[in-house]
Amino acid sequence: MSVKNLVSYEDALASFDPVMGLEVHVELGTKTKMFCGCSTELGAEPNSQVCPTCLGLPGSLPVVNAIGVESAVKIGLALNCEIAEWCRFARKNYFYPDMPKNFQTSQYDEPIAFNGYLDVQLEDGSTFRVEIERAHMEEDTGKSSHVGGATGRIHGATHSLLDYNRAGIPLIEIVTKPIEGAGERAPEVARAYVAELREVIRSLGVSEARMDKGQMRCDVNLSLRPNGTETFGTRSETKNVNSLRSVERAARFEIQRHATVLTDGGTIVQETRHFHEEDGSTTAGRIKDNAEDYRYFPEPDLVPIAPARAWVEELRAALPELPRVRRARLQAEWGLTDKDMQSVLNAGAVEPIQETIAAGAPADQARKWWMGELARRANETGTELAEQPITPAQVARVAALVAEGKLNDKLARQVIEAVLAGEGEPDAVVEQRGLAVVSDDSALGAAVDQAIAENEAIAAKIRDGKVAAVGALVGAVMKTTRGQADAARVKDLILEKLGVSA
Amino acid sequence: MTELIRYTAAETAAAVAKGEVSAVEVAQAHLDRIGAVDKKVNAFLHVDTEGALSAARAVDEKRAKGEELGPLAGVPLALKDVFTTKGVPTTCGSKILEGWIPPYDATLTTRLKDAGVVILGKTNMDEFAMGSSTENSAYGPTGNPWDLSRIPGGSGGGSAAALAAFEAPLAIGTDTGGSIRQPGAVTGTVGVKPTYGSVSRYGLVAFSSSLDQGGPCARTVLDAALLHEAIAGHDPLDSTSIDAPVPAVVEAAKLRDVRGMRIGVVKEFSGEGYQAGVMQRFDESVELLRELGAEVVEVSCPSFTLALPAYYLIAPSEASSNLARFDAMRYGLRVGDDGSRSAEEVTALTREAGFGPEVKRRIILGTYALSSGYYDAYYGSAQKVRTLISRDFDAAFAGVDVLVSPTTPTTAFPIGERADDPMAMYLADLCTIPSNLAGNAAMSLPVGLAPEDNLPVGLQIIAPAMADDRLYRVGGAVEAALNDKWGHTLLEEAPAL
Repeated sequence: MSVKNLVSYEDALASFDPVMGLEVHVELGTKTKMFCGCSTELGAEPNSQVCPTCLGLPGSLPVVNAIGVESAVKIGLALNCEIAEWCRFARKNYFYPDMPKNFQTSQYDEPIAFNGYLDVQLEDGSTFRVEIERAHMEEDTGKSSHVGGATGRIHGATHSLLDYNRAGIPLIEIVTKPIEGAGERAPEVARAYVAELREVIRSLGVSEARMDKGQMRCDVNLSLRPNGTETFGTRSETKNVNSLRSVERAARFEIQRHATVLTDGGTIVQETRHFHEEDGSTTAGRIKDNAEDYRYFPEPDLVPIAPARAWVEELRAALPELPRVRRARLQAEWGLTDKDMQSVLNAGAVEPIQETIAAGAPADQARKWWMGELARRANETGTELAEQPITPAQVARVAALVAEGKLNDKLARQVIEAVLAGEGEPDAVVEQRGLAVVSDDSALGAAVDQAIAENEAIAAKIRDGKVAAVGALVGAVMKTTRGQADAARVKDLILEKLGVSA
Repeated sequence: MTELIRYTAAETAAAVAKGEVSAVEVAQAHLDRIGAVDKKVNAFLHVDTEGALSAARAVDEKRAKGEELGPLAGVPLALKDVFTTKGVPTTCGSKILEGWIPPYDATLTTRLKDAGVVILGKTNMDEFAMGSSTENSAYGPTGNPWDLSRIPGGSGGGSAAALAAFEAPLAIGTDTGGSIRQPGAVTGTVGVKPTYGSVSRYGLVAFSSSLDQGGPCARTVLDAALLHEAIAGHDPLDSTSIDAPVPAVVEAAKLRDVRGMRIGVVKEFSGEGYQAGVMQRFDESVELLRELGAEVVEVSCPSFTLALPAYYLIAPSEASSNLARFDAMRYGLRVGDDGSRSAEEVTALTREAGFGPEVKRRIILGTYALSSGYYDAYYGSAQKVRTLISRDFDAAFAGVDVLVSPTTPTTAFPIGERADDPMAMYLADLCTIPSNLAGNAAMSLPVGLAPEDNLPVGLQIIAPAMADDRLYRVGGAVEAALNDKWGHTLLEEAPAL
């Protein structure tokens, strides 16, 4: 079913009310895996970060990563959840070659955090509350690569390769309660929720939550019910939707697809769906008829976890300012309009700007550089703003050099480019490239004399009182000094020589 | 001089320490004995001649340098093939692990090596420790040295038979429902299931994680205590390991004094199904304890009658999950991988060929018990029974120091007799299972031969969790009194092989 043949979005919403459930998996940024001491570093040689435990070798046993538990509690608290006084891990039993034990150590009916909410801000400035069902701890699986087929899928492949480096990396699964009442804004709510959740996770410092690196993955569950009715319709589960834009598109497509099927008198099959980036469509995956039976039972190799209340309160007290609160504060501090703040957010510039200010730059300067030159470069190269090869401290130093009059705007841009090109610290670049502004009177004197001599007509006008004409002479001096002169000082010198007071 | 193979572990260690004999000589004597009799007994699945001699040489070198030797340095040991041994095959008695060489040592293996214990090899067992006769081994049954046509108990029949056949003075077993104690009882040897959590399970290939416990097997109570101290203690690699000092079991084994102790006889462990000669020796043991100055009372533990059914829901449930990893993907047997089949098909063919009938029976049983819609009725109810059994123990231990019972209702039965009758087989663990469900400590020690068949009878002693020392105190006193009465140890009555 392609987008073209679907009932229009507006028509779908005219008849139906969408209900969503969002399941987000976050890979924690712990140094070691959830149940063993293996490294979690990405990009290592396949199967080089494995041990008896994460390979599920006979006889091996798990030991819980304390930082993993702490991170889970922090996430729960940031999502306004209750933290379990006592909970256990459970085994989720199913066979898959990239799962070493053929059960996933997870949590079932005793999650570490439950009953919370996250307020998200929509584009029109209104707030929507998404209720959280639970957040629980589990381990990631290994990774299968299917070789020999055209699509990289298992269908048509001649063989598969298994990499267990990812097996056992700590995951937190965060599940919303059914999201009702979003109406036509359901796709926007889905996107805003995942975006806000990502900000929360990052602010806690428990994960980088990079969707492009698979550190954060989203499943979009969606069903429709006729407007004005209560009972939920049959849902589809669109798996591994891995960018904010895709989350919004997947929800939108499923609303239209469900509406098309239901309008035609068809029934929705409870199944998983694959999302396709190319055209924003979804296609059928596995049928899920509720017969899937994971035979959960409490993990006998681990002891229950009972987070002490005092410890939970300690963590609560130490929670960082949450993103929504922080954003409002920064917007006020930086004096930005809602629209400007939104651009800063969209560019991922909040952190860099804040750190640049912390390094001593004025707010407007910090924003100017990050939202200007650097944002453009990030856009052109398709990289994250925060990952440009320049630090906030370096940007702040360039701003300081401008403020001290040692650089003008044009020179500052050159310094930034040189730093990005790996030529070193701003001061070193200024030194090596000889970029400093010339404000030494003796060095400028000759250039000023030359400019007056070559532009007698203009000089005469100035002597006659047309001081505004000085700009042309300043321009001439700047040209001969290749932009390195201090323009303000040049203007003073010219007026002085011509006997005119400014 | 007694032959080296008849030394106790304590005597061997002392002789090695004094330089009366070298550890290499001791190891070689046992390797020779294995060479001479194990074709008949089939206690060993793998004999590690080189590893044993090299470990023995290391002990001798240490002694030559004047370094201090541990209390078991140079003593040979037979290791149940359910503990991983780096570079040495580990099969768990199953075809599905044929050819697997573990890349790591179990914590228990490491502790044995650190203690200078000489590991002779790996012993036969019921596949994945599921059974009470060692007939479920994929590598053929083990014979009972008292009568090779009879079972040596199970699942640790290989370890118990190795002791009774004088192939090793020490052995390691694992006890999930009686797999140390019942083989001990039917071979006339000592077997101890320590408190759950006192011996690390890291590297013990799991059958039922919440019940499995490694423990010592020996020919004397003191030897069992020495081995107990060598292997017990907290291990950060096992989350269920108890972080507390090991009870002073060696000291208790030497005490030989039960005066003033209160001993409870479990009323439920008698009656129909109990062999007359077993009950006779048991009753005599109780009388002996009274003569030695203990106070004996009768105790009722009504929930114990539910232990067997509860066990056969919990253990298979956990096993169905623990054994899921044997899927032909990463290690062990792989069947049908000819390039035309999917991973799922290869997994199915491998499991079909690699698992024996009892293992399949329990996987299916456990899968069923955990299934949605049945979980509460089966797994859930069994967990409730488990709580009831623990409460019965708590109530009993409020009034007595230890409980006693026969270890198993009958003496060793003939190989093949119960092979096709799982229910009859399961009854062998009737008296031992409650301790696994409650996680406390229990011992079996020989108390004579049943008059009707001249086969060994075991006395079970049960102590509260972390009171393992009481087992050794009672066991040591009973053993000493009986040896005095007989003028020799029971095993000296065993026929020559």
